[in-house]
Amino acid sequence: MKALSHDSTALYDIPGPKTVRRHKLYGVISTLLVLALVGWILYLLFDTDQFTATKWTPFEYKGIQELLLRGLGNTLKAFAISAVLALALGGLLAMGRLSDHRPVRWLATLVVEFFRAMPVLVMIFFVFVALKVQPLPALVAGLTLYNGSVLAEVFRSGVNSVERGQREAAYALGMRKTQVMGHVLVPQAVRAMLPAIISQLVVALKDTSLGYLITYEEFLHAGKLIASNLDYDLPFIPVVMVISPIYIGMCMLLSWFAQWVSKRQRRNPKTEAADVAPAEPGTLLPGTQ
Amino acid sequence: MDVLTDNFSTFGKGFLGTVELTVYASLLALALGFVMASFRVAPVGSFRAFGTVWVTVLRNTPLTLLFFAVLLGLPRFGLVLPFKVFAVLALGCYTSAFICEALRSGINTVPKGQGEAARSLGMSFGQTLSTVVLPQAFRSVIAPVGSNLIALAKNSAIAGAFSVTELLGSYKTLSELGYNIIWTFVWIAVGYLIITLAISAIFNVLEKRWGVAR
Repeated sequence: MKALSHDSTALYDIPGPKTVRRHKLYGVISTLLVLALVGWILYLLFDTDQFTATKWTPFEYKGIQELLLRGLGNTLKAFAISAVLALALGGLLAMGRLSDHRPVRWLATLVVEFFRAMPVLVMIFFVFVALKVQPLPALVAGLTLYNGSVLAEVFRSGVNSVERGQREAAYALGMRKTQVMGHVLVPQAVRAMLPAIISQLVVALKDTSLGYLITYEEFLHAGKLIASNLDYDLPFIPVVMVISPIYIGMCMLLSWFAQWVSKRQRRNPKTEAADVAPAEPGTLLPGTQ
Repeated sequence: MDVLTDNFSTFGKGFLGTVELTVYASLLALALGFVMASFRVAPVGSFRAFGTVWVTVLRNTPLTLLFFAVLLGLPRFGLVLPFKVFAVLALGCYTSAFICEALRSGINTVPKGQGEAARSLGMSFGQTLSTVVLPQAFRSVIAPVGSNLIALAKNSAIAGAFSVTELLGSYKTLSELGYNIIWTFVWIAVGYLIITLAISAIFNVLEKRWGVAR
């Protein structure tokens, strides 16, 4: 009998021969149901002529491939810029929230709480429509403000998760606050925070697709251009079938990277003690951090 | 300032649209998240696989892409539903993946002995999950589920960018009328703050009443 490699085995007994047979039956039935669903979708796809040649020819043209690639490039560009800026802003705001001066702390808290509470899209639209900024800077501004604020919380909880003794020992050696932060706390915190930071970057990558809504010429925008082309009989479904795997694949890669880093760190005694809460959207609850 | 007083009905319609979308999508997300969380801890392998695929794919899908696929793609399929239904479907399915993960982590916080005790009483998997483990898990995930629903309310703005019957969408109507766009956005921001604060207040009360101190 193979032991269950599953983590919540407390919920059911290791199945006996009869139960194993029953589970196999359930497995077969549910697999058949899923297959039936897939078959039905395929039938619908064929029935509505999604696989006719006209709808797929656009992907053979070089111009259209280049359009898609340019869109992908623009997506990655927006992601890279906003990731770097969000990390910088997050560091700055975290510094503000950890400051010894009360006004600085309040200001940083206000900024962080406000931008975590606003929908990213409202910020992007505000910059784009009200301040009349170009699409790329508007998108980057919105993403930076939101993800920067969330990252500030991640950084702060990371620094706070470093054991008290580290800080006390550094002060006892006569270091000043900047030195304690820079030489002792932050290097240890960054290790512990890395998975949470990467997870937040996945959010930033996903949200670059919001640029589509403000006519930034990113990947989805390129897809829309192709999809709404009458010459190819409006290939919406083929475009979705081409674009989604690429988008989802990119995000999955980054998520897996975050998981890999956190798994690797769990085995690392240097970071074992620190446990950083995952980045979450703003809770707005004063006092519940 | 008078943007609000002059156009109270436009703002009100957008506000109610957002609330409506949030409520329906939340109900769908909670129901689906509950089903998927049960799938993910089920003894049958194929259920677990289905739950895992559902969560992994939806968590890594940009919501804009999902809206694009549902709102513009599905009608090409011959599936034509009102905009609101499509928006609720997209938002609900997307959020269900996050709710599922929150619930699953809640299931993990229930002490193992609870499940073992239930089993020793002869309870089946379904009974163990529904009468012993999940009621306790619910109590410990009130806060994370709350923040997921707040995220849902914020994400509903994307629906507004695809149509106008939503709070963010009201800026289009008003900018055409020539109102000061900055004040319009201030009131939109206030509207979202009211919704998110209301959700967090509700979940604060729930947590005070049912939350577990562990």
